[in-house]
Amino acid sequence: MLWEVDIHPAEGCPDRVGQRLQSEAAALGFSQVAAATARGFLIEGDSLSRAEVQHIAQRLLIDGVVERAVIGTVTDTALSQAPLVLGDRESQLISVLFKTGVMDPVAQSTEGALSELGFAGVRVGTLRKHWLTGISAAEAAPLGKRLLANDAIEQLVVGPLSMTSLAAGSPYRFELRRIAILDLDDAGLERLSREGQLYLQLEEMRTIQRYFQEQRREPTDIELESLAQTWSEHCSHKTLAGRIAYRDEQGERHFDNMLKETIFAATLRLREQWGENDWCESVFKDNAGVVRFDEVDNVCFKVETHNHPSALEPYGGANTGLGGVLRDTLGTGLGAKPVCSTDVFCFAPPDTPDDQLPAGVLAPRRVMRGVVEGVRDYGNRMGVPTVNGAVCYDERYLGNPLVYCGNVGLLPREKTHKQPRAGDLIVAAGGRTGRDGIHGATFSSAELTSESESLSGGAVQIGNAIEEKKLTDVLLQARDRGLYTAVTDCGAGGFSSAVGEMGEGIGAEVELAWAPLKYAGLSYTEIWISEAQERMVFSVPEEKCDELITLFKSEGVEATVIGRFVDTGNLTLKYDGQDVGELPMEFLHNGRPPVVRQARYSPVRETPFAPHHASADRTEDLLQILSAPNVASKASIIRQYDHEVQGGSVVKPLVGVGEGGPSDAAVVRPKLNSRRGLAIACGINPRYGDHDTYRMAASAIDEAIRNCVAVGADPARIALLDNFCWGDCEKPDTLGSLVRAALACHDLSLAFDAPFVSGKDSLNNEFRYESARGERVSIAIPPTLLISAMGQVADVSRCVTMDLKRAGNKLYLLGATRCEFGGSHLGLVTGVTGGVAPAVYPAEARATFTAVHRAIGAGMVAACHDCSEGGVAVALAEMALAGGLGVTADLSALPLEGDFESADQRALAALFSESNSRFVCEVAPEHSAAWEALLEGVFFAAIGHVTEADGFTIATASAHAIGTRVPKLDEAWRGGPTL
Amino acid sequence: MPTPRVLVLRSPGANCDEETEHAFHLAGAEVQRVHVNQVIEQPALLDGYQVLCVPGGFSYGDDIAAGRVLANLCLARLPDALRAFRDAGKLMLGICNGFQVLLKTGLLGSEDDGGPLATLTWNDHGRFEARWTQLAADNQRCVFLRGIDRIELPIAHAEGKIAVRDSAALATLVDGGRIAMRYAPTDAPVTDTPLSFPTNPNGSAANAAGLCDTTGRVFGLMPHPERFVDRTQHPRWTREAIAEPAAGLRLFQNAVDFFS
Repeated sequence: MLWEVDIHPAEGCPDRVGQRLQSEAAALGFSQVAAATARGFLIEGDSLSRAEVQHIAQRLLIDGVVERAVIGTVTDTALSQAPLVLGDRESQLISVLFKTGVMDPVAQSTEGALSELGFAGVRVGTLRKHWLTGISAAEAAPLGKRLLANDAIEQLVVGPLSMTSLAAGSPYRFELRRIAILDLDDAGLERLSREGQLYLQLEEMRTIQRYFQEQRREPTDIELESLAQTWSEHCSHKTLAGRIAYRDEQGERHFDNMLKETIFAATLRLREQWGENDWCESVFKDNAGVVRFDEVDNVCFKVETHNHPSALEPYGGANTGLGGVLRDTLGTGLGAKPVCSTDVFCFAPPDTPDDQLPAGVLAPRRVMRGVVEGVRDYGNRMGVPTVNGAVCYDERYLGNPLVYCGNVGLLPREKTHKQPRAGDLIVAAGGRTGRDGIHGATFSSAELTSESESLSGGAVQIGNAIEEKKLTDVLLQARDRGLYTAVTDCGAGGFSSAVGEMGEGIGAEVELAWAPLKYAGLSYTEIWISEAQERMVFSVPEEKCDELITLFKSEGVEATVIGRFVDTGNLTLKYDGQDVGELPMEFLHNGRPPVVRQARYSPVRETPFAPHHASADRTEDLLQILSAPNVASKASIIRQYDHEVQGGSVVKPLVGVGEGGPSDAAVVRPKLNSRRGLAIACGINPRYGDHDTYRMAASAIDEAIRNCVAVGADPARIALLDNFCWGDCEKPDTLGSLVRAALACHDLSLAFDAPFVSGKDSLNNEFRYESARGERVSIAIPPTLLISAMGQVADVSRCVTMDLKRAGNKLYLLGATRCEFGGSHLGLVTGVTGGVAPAVYPAEARATFTAVHRAIGAGMVAACHDCSEGGVAVALAEMALAGGLGVTADLSALPLEGDFESADQRALAALFSESNSRFVCEVAPEHSAAWEALLEGVFFAAIGHVTEADGFTIATASAHAIGTRVPKLDEAWRGGPTL
Repeated sequence: MPTPRVLVLRSPGANCDEETEHAFHLAGAEVQRVHVNQVIEQPALLDGYQVLCVPGGFSYGDDIAAGRVLANLCLARLPDALRAFRDAGKLMLGICNGFQVLLKTGLLGSEDDGGPLATLTWNDHGRFEARWTQLAADNQRCVFLRGIDRIELPIAHAEGKIAVRDSAALATLVDGGRIAMRYAPTDAPVTDTPLSFPTNPNGSAANAAGLCDTTGRVFGLMPHPERFVDRTQHPRWTREAIAEPAAGLRLFQNAVDFFS
């Protein structure tokens, strides 16, 4: 019998979901809509009586103080009746249910709780119900699709439900599938690659064909899939780690492995220079980069992207994006403990009108909300504080929003390295395997089109954070007991990449029928490549296996032997004892044919930055920059993230008098019994890339480092991560702009003594569709490089925040200002293009960073803030609004470098130029002499002082000036997009 | 009296157990973090402890409702053991999710013949909210709040609004001195008239942030005292003088002192 329990707000209690739905419908022009909602549970048991279901509802499902229930069998008319709050107006009922096989964590927990009540074996599903008045029956489904359900994972039912059972899956009948490849011509190979969702290039398909021709047999489907997963861009980074012929204004350069010869090479050289003072522990080989923290522990850091899934299903995509990077931490070395997260998003402007959206694109506002909520619900549940982030807005992210999720982990030094051994058992632990997430790795390496949603819905999933939290708890205990020799996460490619990677130097034999499944019916290939979440693979010595499985079971985590690492050099796959696939590890990992890609960089023609000066009062420009979405307060996102769980928070994302100013970096204390801290920051500015991707990359590196330095981190110990998100790199110009950015990473890493320790790329971020007029259109994202920095703080009680502290203190600017307006926010808000993007002058920058660090260490600095978007004017404004204090400043003595055309241009640059490596510092008068002495060799100027009154004035050497009051600045800064 | 022993109850999704252990440890207690499955297997374990603390987090994902699944498990498997622990004159503390669990198990004694007097439900604005709040303690009854008058602590919850069954239920709680902690601006008198967001961050009746039982030995609160046991945890420590030891530690010290 299939029962349904609908839970409505009790009389007099608010229906918040209904209220939100009502306002969202009104925003779409349905102003007459009134909405009432309920959450429903479907409960199926062989002989469940109404009385038993009533008992279940009372005991478990409803909260009698604020809720009431309606109970019936699914087809009962009482269940579809509109709630009384809607009166007697006619309404449409729209129910939203998960599609079969999609993760439903609430249903899972409810089943567990029901078995505690004595109802073992009862199946549960959940649904959401919405009654809407003021729309016609014909409008219900389309409106529901826009507001309520996402086709990728959910189904929408208008009117009463008619389902009779929750049963999922049907028995699987084994049948070995072979794919005819030996006799295909090129066109046939390309078709197979595309239609089979392998997304391999022709040359790769030919290599596979040749291999099987030599073997004189056709491949099985699982062999072909294994190759496609392992050779996917997502898993192998074949473009950036591949051969590239690069040409720029300086001539031609050939790379055999571009990443290795640029970014890795810089790290390698730094480590050689440091010799025995090398503080890197494991770089570019494990799931995350590992560096030294203190005598006992190391720390690791990794940032991942989850762009393609988030475009189709923002909540699930972001949810599993964070879940995935947390598993990277858990799978680093013998398992690190996640201590804090960082999240950076790139969206199209949230006010983009619905009627301007191409087919297949979700409204940016919906993407933004879904992504933020997805990260929130996973991170908060895992108990990992989200401490740092950024949001960038640009129209070109319309089809491809970017979701970067990063995590820092703490790892005992002796647990830093792993080594699976031949003879070890392969143990899968955590969530069960289902049909969710099939082809995620290959799909994420393809371009999105308006068809992607229907083609690749299986690649989209919802996470179950608590499954991963349980796994984390037992994994760390097993690590400390030494119960395994290696661990890695099941990410893209599922078991195929996890087992394939771990067994690379050995060989592995896997029995796929042993893997625990969510439901029956999965083929051996689906089991092998499923990307179902919350799974890790362990290499376990046979004698320790029972202890590991018992430990895991004691906290409700399933762990199952699925095979053994064997000394054969081969990957052997079986199903129920029958051979289904056999590939040499050597071919799998090193058989990919070298492809030489062309890359070309031609400099963007420079044009002058020529703003019109109708008035010399620049106050309005400042206010507009403060409320520009990239700059404005992100409080509506930050407050939804628990940034203090684990108790290590030292510098929070929002600081100052009302905890309302933007911190440069977060500082956390990962060990509660120690004063040593980590500073986490990022640098990103895709607007500079429109001018020069070298300067964009250099600026991002400078920004990430100076953010760490601003709170007190030691500039001599900052580890960096690169995350490249680019368009279609088969286009020479697109790849050229990326190589140029990588060259900057190499140069600046060496110049700053800041090693890159890990990185990731996501290419092919282009969206193709047919416009209303039948034209083929492609939107490529702007080249977007995120640099994440992890700095170290010897004693967190020395840290500094950016809010102004005391009236009478002096204000200083450190660093030289140049005429650098390309990609600037002054240009953005005034609609003026041209100018050059800010460059980095490493010698100057290092001198400044060192001086700031010494001054902070000596306790001389009351507040410190970096200058970024909007330059000195915005930095001063943010410091003032964060401190609730006024500023009187005069920038006429500011150190300016380079050429300027006029006095006005010099004044404008002093206010708004975005030159790198600059800080505004607040220093008490009693420290100013010692402070100035410390600044020898550094460009600096005293620019004013802090005032008690809330006035905010900045004068310059010309008539250009700013004059307003701090509350006005605060109001502008809080005026950005909210959720 | 030897050092009191504290059991911090772990469960799937509990995630403030380590910093809570740290806070009790700083206060001088002997602390163990024990998984609920282990307690179910061996309820007599509880006999060896004087304080039971249910920490913050998302037990069982807060699926169905916050704290509901763990409360259901406790009621199904440990009803006698937990009641006996409480009735033996020992202390129980529920922080955030732990408060939700204590309330939903009835261990706070907030039920009458008509069912629960109060519940913890969705914040008025319908979202998870993390921010620091200003609080006033009513230390007449509650053991954990002795010597505390005003205090700042952070909240981090989606379902932290204390909703009451009706005005009579509210009167029972107010008149019985059960509302041991209220949201209240530092510089203003304490009031039961609901204050606006963000002073009262969730819309709780009578600005309630924490409830205790009639003995004052069982206490649940939504704010996180374990997140303020070091001065650098305070949001404005770089601009204000923060007294040491940090104010949140007092709650844990009170628990230890109760047994000395």
